[in-house]
Amino acid sequence: MVSPYNPNTSADRLEILRAIGVSSVQELFADVPFEYRDSKLELPSSLSEMELLSDLEGLAAQNRHTLQGPSFLGAGSYNHYVPSVVQAIASRGEFLTAYTPYQPEVSQGTLQVAYEFQTLIGQLFNMDVANTGLYDGATSLAEAALMACRITKRYRVAYIDTLSPAYKDVLETYTIPQGIEVYGVPNSMEVLSSDTACLIVQSPNFLGYMEDLNLLGGLVHKTGALLIVSTDPIAMGMFRPPGDYEADIVVAEGQPLGVPVGFGGPYIGLFTCKSEYLRQMPGRIVGRTVDHDGRTGYVLTLQTREQHIRRERATSNICTSQALISLMVTVYLALVGKRGIRRLSEICYHRAHYAASLLVEIPGYSTFSNGTFFKEFVLECPLPARDINLQLLDRGITGGLDVNHLVPNGMLLCFTEQNTRQDIELLVNTLAGIR
Amino acid sequence: MYPADRKYTKDHEWIMVESGSLALVGITQYAQEQLGDVVFVDIIAVGSTVSQGGKLGEIESVKAVSDLFSPVIGEIVEINNQIMDHPELINEDPHGRGWVVRITPKDPLEIDSLMSGEEYMDYLATIG
Amino acid sequence: MTNERKIRNLAESDRRLLMDRSVPGRSAITFPEIGVPEQLLPPKELLREDVNLPELSQLEVVRYFTRLSQLNYSVDTNFYPLGSCTMKYNPKINDQVASIPGLAFLHPMSMEEASQGALKLLYQLQGYLEEITGMKAVSLAPMAGAQAELAGILTIRAYHLDRKDHGRRVMLIPDSAHGTNPSSAAMAGFHVASIPSDSKGNIDIKMLKRMVGNDLAGIMLTLPTTLGLFEPEIAEIARIIHEAGGLVYGDGANMNALLGQVKMGSLGFDVMHLNLHKTFSTPHGGGGPGAGPLCVGDKLALYIPSPVVVRLDVNEKERFSFVRPERSIGKVGAFHGNFGVLVRAYAYIRTLGADGLKQISEDAVLNANYLMTRLKDKYDVSYDRVCMHEVVLSARKQKERGVRGIDIAKRLLDYGFHAPTMYFPLIVDEALMIEPTETETKETLDDFIDALLAIDQETMVTPELVTGAPYTTPVSRLDEVLAARKPDLGWKPLND
Repeated sequence: MVSPYNPNTSADRLEILRAIGVSSVQELFADVPFEYRDSKLELPSSLSEMELLSDLEGLAAQNRHTLQGPSFLGAGSYNHYVPSVVQAIASRGEFLTAYTPYQPEVSQGTLQVAYEFQTLIGQLFNMDVANTGLYDGATSLAEAALMACRITKRYRVAYIDTLSPAYKDVLETYTIPQGIEVYGVPNSMEVLSSDTACLIVQSPNFLGYMEDLNLLGGLVHKTGALLIVSTDPIAMGMFRPPGDYEADIVVAEGQPLGVPVGFGGPYIGLFTCKSEYLRQMPGRIVGRTVDHDGRTGYVLTLQTREQHIRRERATSNICTSQALISLMVTVYLALVGKRGIRRLSEICYHRAHYAASLLVEIPGYSTFSNGTFFKEFVLECPLPARDINLQLLDRGITGGLDVNHLVPNGMLLCFTEQNTRQDIELLVNTLAGIR
Repeated sequence: MYPADRKYTKDHEWIMVESGSLALVGITQYAQEQLGDVVFVDIIAVGSTVSQGGKLGEIESVKAVSDLFSPVIGEIVEINNQIMDHPELINEDPHGRGWVVRITPKDPLEIDSLMSGEEYMDYLATIG
Repeated sequence: MTNERKIRNLAESDRRLLMDRSVPGRSAITFPEIGVPEQLLPPKELLREDVNLPELSQLEVVRYFTRLSQLNYSVDTNFYPLGSCTMKYNPKINDQVASIPGLAFLHPMSMEEASQGALKLLYQLQGYLEEITGMKAVSLAPMAGAQAELAGILTIRAYHLDRKDHGRRVMLIPDSAHGTNPSSAAMAGFHVASIPSDSKGNIDIKMLKRMVGNDLAGIMLTLPTTLGLFEPEIAEIARIIHEAGGLVYGDGANMNALLGQVKMGSLGFDVMHLNLHKTFSTPHGGGGPGAGPLCVGDKLALYIPSPVVVRLDVNEKERFSFVRPERSIGKVGAFHGNFGVLVRAYAYIRTLGADGLKQISEDAVLNANYLMTRLKDKYDVSYDRVCMHEVVLSARKQKERGVRGIDIAKRLLDYGFHAPTMYFPLIVDEALMIEPTETETKETLDDFIDALLAIDQETMVTPELVTGAPYTTPVSRLDEVLAARKPDLGWKPLND
């Protein structure tokens, strides 16, 4: 098979071998002890492009995706509309196949986009500074906790227990090895112990409703701890941003901002903080400066926080993150703009609340919520969510997440601008007919 | 190059006695050359006590971060505010206006045991 | 090549930021009406007055970002000889298949019944990577090489703790290692001890024997090393570590040299990661997304990050499921990893098959040695021996003429090439690490060689031409000191 990706012909190889002064390529592997040479690879034979496409179409056809029928799944990954311009820009080779901007003179496109990203995310959450993004919302939260421990030199982390279970899992993965203890509290009025570095609040929380952030900043700061808030970027279109509540660090999953659900990734972790903590912030940061001739330019800056300089004393080990996804988010925010994000959040809010008002009319169904919900809520059902979902699936509908382990027979339903009134009424009527 | 009015450490700091109970601490010409353009200085709080070799703080350049160690046991009484706003002073005048902290040494005799200017230059020659 | 300044594609207006372009009333996208009876709003004190985002027209957005893209170098437009980054061609078919709706628009929390195609793809990919690395289990969850390193070190930690071996606090790491190695080890709670390299660029085995003790948790090795050299004593090193009770971690960043030649599992590695955005052709995206599958031997299979895909046939029908390994270190991300990247790597492996993968390492090593042969007269080679897929040169000679490695890197930009990896590894003075990969033509390599030779000439005749470079890029050298001293990290309105 002549690989379309390897241009070397036999003639090329001969010429190169001659120039090097060896008679075969295998001579170049002489350092590899003979007894370890193993070139047997049991892999399927190579495929032409057409055959490859066919194989993947076949795999894709076995999946039920969100454009195929009404879908009410949320739980940290959201079926928001991905505008055409986002896909068009993100597929440009000059962005897609560029490297990390370590040579800024030939990376001004990537760098200026990153600066815009930092600007818009900071404004979205009303926070002083943002980095260029981390892996996802959960790892951003974990890094925020580690940062709070570094700043306060304390080793306990508190979280309000309506936090997403997956986020808690990741938080523990990152904190336990450093000897940090993570503990849950039932609400924000719990007084924190003096050895607690931070209080983590997720709002909207995993079950969909907003936590009370009012006065929380003051209470937490009184104990010398930091306030960390994890939020939803679309909610920022109508709800007061955590920056207004004196949050020290605000993180979020950026996927709702123009990134397809993509079976879980790649997504992007949004990370912002107060300017006084800038030097403790993990991840890459882009700054504006000038060149030798006085022209405006952008560079990676404050790199001494990072692994390639600080090594074991770095603020984080992160190297490659999610730059292309940050481009998608930036284009998305530029497209929707100030009025678009407001309209989007209103659509989600009203449709979710409308759906709730209809669903509670069905005998056996009620909603579970301890506060104002945004686009998600838990529906308490007369039978296990899993059974209901199988029946919905048969009818071409994707139901919400089974959260039985949190709320008995609970189903976490999500409503976005992609769920029309007809979709909602179809869901309601179908549920009413299920026994 | 390395004035006789002060003493030097292997970590490239200098310490200069001002009066009986106060001394200035900074980094040497060699240290600032190695670091490159200083962009940020971070020192522990005024009032803190440090041991000999204890960490006073960090000096950050574009390409590196260097720990600053105390040449002697003492208490920090003042941090040079000028270098906070103008970190380039450390590059321009490391032995003068680029001083970093003023301390009260616990035991002035400790200073005597450090290297003289000539000894420090000999030391620099050995590390190439 | 003159030093006349020709600025490529940069107009004043290109630098005008989104917030400055914003004009009230403009709209770049429309959304539907609310479409349902309006519901009671939350209390006013919860609501936001205004969101500070720009208002633009759609063409303006398209033009702004399109023109910005034109300021970049990229693999699609330029050769990147970046050592240890493996900047090979990113096949377009891989991007195309990743955007098939059944893959791109599949929700991660879909019921198993509704996502068997995706689960099967992941299961098969796990299997291919096990075969390629000679390992026994794979977790596709880590979202980059650095995250995989952290996860891998955590599996080593879990292994020792499970055996009540609490004293093993030390991780050995060569002084030539990539910065993510020690920082990952530190994040996992270990103390890092640095092992020196000998004069041949290999680990100093005598030193190593003196450094292993009861407190040894393991060693992190890159193979080939960050100098682009194979450690001929690798099996002996692994033996020494195992005998002392430690485990061996492999940083697989340089796998491009070993595909189809050697299996890391049979060399004694207990755990390793791969960088799909290097060896397996997934695009770099300007700094991600990548993916860092973690591959382990039997000892560590129980501990790898959750989830992994297993196959449990039901009524003779294929059935794939996510499971949490029995003693998993936990999740490293909210979902299952960077699926869009994993799809591309799957497509790449299916395209090439065993023969195609083997060809990669042969051509990668061939091309790197070709560059070394033709450049070693003018640029010092740190270690006079056959290299693997990358070669480390030094600008020592040029430094004596007043021209440093960084200047040569900047001058290369004028010749239309991205610079090589600079000043890494730290143990080589004025290092230039060059990795051509297998996807470049001989003509491109010859052009690159000619450029470096021309620049060497320039350092002798007109060194100031090199130290003042670059001249043909959209901006000249940038003031990084100013950027760090007075951080300006986001747009501010004029009256601020």
